[in-house]
Amino acid sequence: MDRRTFLKAGAGMAAVGATGGVSAPALSQGAAARTLRFVPQANLANFDPIWGTQYVVRNAAVLVWDTLYGFDENLQPRRQMVEGEEVSQDGKTWTFKLREGLRFHDGEPVRSRDVVASLTRWMPRDPMGQLLRALNEELVAVDDRTFRWRLKAPFTKMQMALGKNATPMAFIMPERIARTDPFTQINEYVGSGPFRFMRDEWVPGAKAVFQKFDQYVPRNEPASWLAGGKRALIERVEWAVMPDPATASAALQNGEVDWWENPITDLIPVLRRNRNIAVDIADPLGNLGSFRMNHLHPPFNNVKVRQAVMTALSQEDYMRALVGDDAALWKTLGGFFTPNTPLYTEEGGEMMKAANLERGKQLLRESGYNNEPVICIVAQDQPITKAFGDVTADLLKRLGMNVDFVATDWGTVGQRRAMKNPPNQGGWSMFHTWHAGADAINPVIYNAVRANGDGAWFGWPNVPAVEAEVPNWLAATNLEQERAAIGRLNRAAVENVVYCPTGFFLGYQAWRRNVSGIVKGPIPFPWGVSKS
Amino acid sequence: MFAYVVRRILATIPVMAIVALFVFSLLYIAPGDPAAVIAGDQATPDDVERIRQSLGLDRPFLVRFGEWVFRILSGDLGVSIFTNLPVSLMIKQRIEPTLSLMVITLILAVTVAVPMGVVAAWKVGTWVDRAVMGFAVLGFSVPVFVVGYLLAYFFALELDWLPVQGYTPFSQGFRPWFENLILPAIALGTVYIALIARITRATMLEVLQQDYIRTARAKGAGQRSILFLHALKNAAVPIVTVIGIGIALLIGGAVVTESVFAIPGLGRLTVDAILRRDYPVIQGVVLLFSFVYVLVNLMIDLLYTLFDPRIRY
Repeated sequence: MDRRTFLKAGAGMAAVGATGGVSAPALSQGAAARTLRFVPQANLANFDPIWGTQYVVRNAAVLVWDTLYGFDENLQPRRQMVEGEEVSQDGKTWTFKLREGLRFHDGEPVRSRDVVASLTRWMPRDPMGQLLRALNEELVAVDDRTFRWRLKAPFTKMQMALGKNATPMAFIMPERIARTDPFTQINEYVGSGPFRFMRDEWVPGAKAVFQKFDQYVPRNEPASWLAGGKRALIERVEWAVMPDPATASAALQNGEVDWWENPITDLIPVLRRNRNIAVDIADPLGNLGSFRMNHLHPPFNNVKVRQAVMTALSQEDYMRALVGDDAALWKTLGGFFTPNTPLYTEEGGEMMKAANLERGKQLLRESGYNNEPVICIVAQDQPITKAFGDVTADLLKRLGMNVDFVATDWGTVGQRRAMKNPPNQGGWSMFHTWHAGADAINPVIYNAVRANGDGAWFGWPNVPAVEAEVPNWLAATNLEQERAAIGRLNRAAVENVVYCPTGFFLGYQAWRRNVSGIVKGPIPFPWGVSKS
Repeated sequence: MFAYVVRRILATIPVMAIVALFVFSLLYIAPGDPAAVIAGDQATPDDVERIRQSLGLDRPFLVRFGEWVFRILSGDLGVSIFTNLPVSLMIKQRIEPTLSLMVITLILAVTVAVPMGVVAAWKVGTWVDRAVMGFAVLGFSVPVFVVGYLLAYFFALELDWLPVQGYTPFSQGFRPWFENLILPAIALGTVYIALIARITRATMLEVLQQDYIRTARAKGAGQRSILFLHALKNAAVPIVTVIGIGIALLIGGAVVTESVFAIPGLGRLTVDAILRRDYPVIQGVVLLFSFVYVLVNLMIDLLYTLFDPRIRY
């Protein structure tokens, strides 16, 4: 080929391209109405809700896998796959019966042995599961629809453990899949829930598709969060991952997507101005902001220093930095648990709401703080931690502390916070994060409030007075007893500053007005949602 | 010529080996822990450690590097830590959107920028020249994402002519495929157009001063013939070089463009993998990009012979 031929060929190809060609048929209106296009909070990078416990995985998993019990909007566990249960008089033996007609997505019936395998895989990964595992005497299938769990001691929170929405949830998978080691990822996604996962259409980082499972048998009651009849009113749910909030906002306004899980606060006024779009609070349980201090090393191994910081900090500063002036979106906390839930208490929580810089300075002087550097690791790629980090750095400087602000990314924070070395040897003094309100409703699933030293969450607080109340809560047989235990726990956690809450905040969700049935909840539930 | 091509292809092997070693080492010493990301924020340190062990991330550098090299040599890019999917499959899923975006951008940039540069050189010192240079400065200065947002706002939200985001595979029709790529290609192409237009103008100005151009004019050749047949052909070598070098610019720009327009391409795959520390995916994609870049350089060298018959290998 000489150069003239080459150039002519190139021009010819361009001309062919410019003349157009065949077009794809447009989706009919009916087909469009049967497909719900949803923008999730994050990328669905893996799809094993036991192996990977990110919220986005849990949110996708509830479409595909069902649970034995499910939390309703009152945070009460209700029967879901279970038809009924019997507890022996000594409270140590539970016998469960599965509902009739339950099927996996490969057409096989859900049997007791599937449940046994699923729970066996779930237990080591879940805090409540670990309690059950420690009490486990025998978990066996009696027949295809009945299984029995014998324990060494009574466990009154059984239904809560099996129906909670905190991750990892006790999802029921086929036995052959559930036999996978809990620390190894599954690679077959045969579910038991109202939607099938379309593996062939999954493009991690871009798209995930869920198709209605026609053989799913919903309960007869109305749906309420994870409980009741999960009726799929749409044929197909398409998750479109959009890392850029401005793009997601434009796509929603343009009608290219139907429902956006977590619009950022800055874009809410724009969405509200569009009459085709509805905006509302997404999850009434919200989130709890937090910064954690390293209890193992100076200066935060000194409780007086921790108290100085907690006394000085103003939760309002953190909340305004994060969500702006929309006062409906945040509140200050006097306790560690989720506000407006049964166990929330402000017992002993005066220090959390003090916001008294001068008193903080005084406490710091009394502590004997010797200008040790505070290695403050702040993930800049997470808007929440970035906002919190800036406020904290300013606070500590005003308090008179020697701050070493380490700006980094979330992946690095994830690695560094696990290191127990002294701060000047690759360790850390403090980092910021947040906790889903749905996870902060009881002390077992709420790792952050636990204070069992080496076994505790990063920062490794060791406060026996906190830990002493966990068994008390577990043993409580009524709400009054539970609240009493949590009140004492809260007081001890504040006095010893297990960590510093930075406020309670809510987020929005937004959807096109031709979509109906969207409810507020900790998970974007697609059942009951329809589209005209 | 054939011997030269073979030599150049063989020369890519040590280049790729150095890239592989560099990428692996860099990821090994970089901070961050995929196990922590997988485990989630509520996981205990023990959970994170168990996952790290199950992924083999606790093994020594040389063991991991040796296994990786062995796999690469047998044509296996490995499996993503997060998705459990083969890296080659993930690249296959993502290559079409990126390739489409780059091809459309390249065609757009060359067809717009080269005539712009030629006209600017021809009308040097006039308002046309200043306008072209002004556009070039603007194109260089305004970030890709700003151009992207502005285009999406006007042409998608306000005028409703084009979609805001997404990608439709070519197999589903030319029109939806093309509609999804117009705005991203313009956004990505702006800086590229600016670069090519500037280099075209500069080279053309130099060529237009040559004796043979004066001779052509003296012989009565028309302006169009002088510009496009005599001058442009002789200015082509540096222009083609810049177009080739600009491929790296396109790869970098694609990362931002794909995020702004939610295109599921290799750029987003790379960013996602870096943020999660999905080492096999990062290694696979960087190797692919390096290979493409080496290949593009080879193609440019070969194209020189088409535009300048004096060049022989």
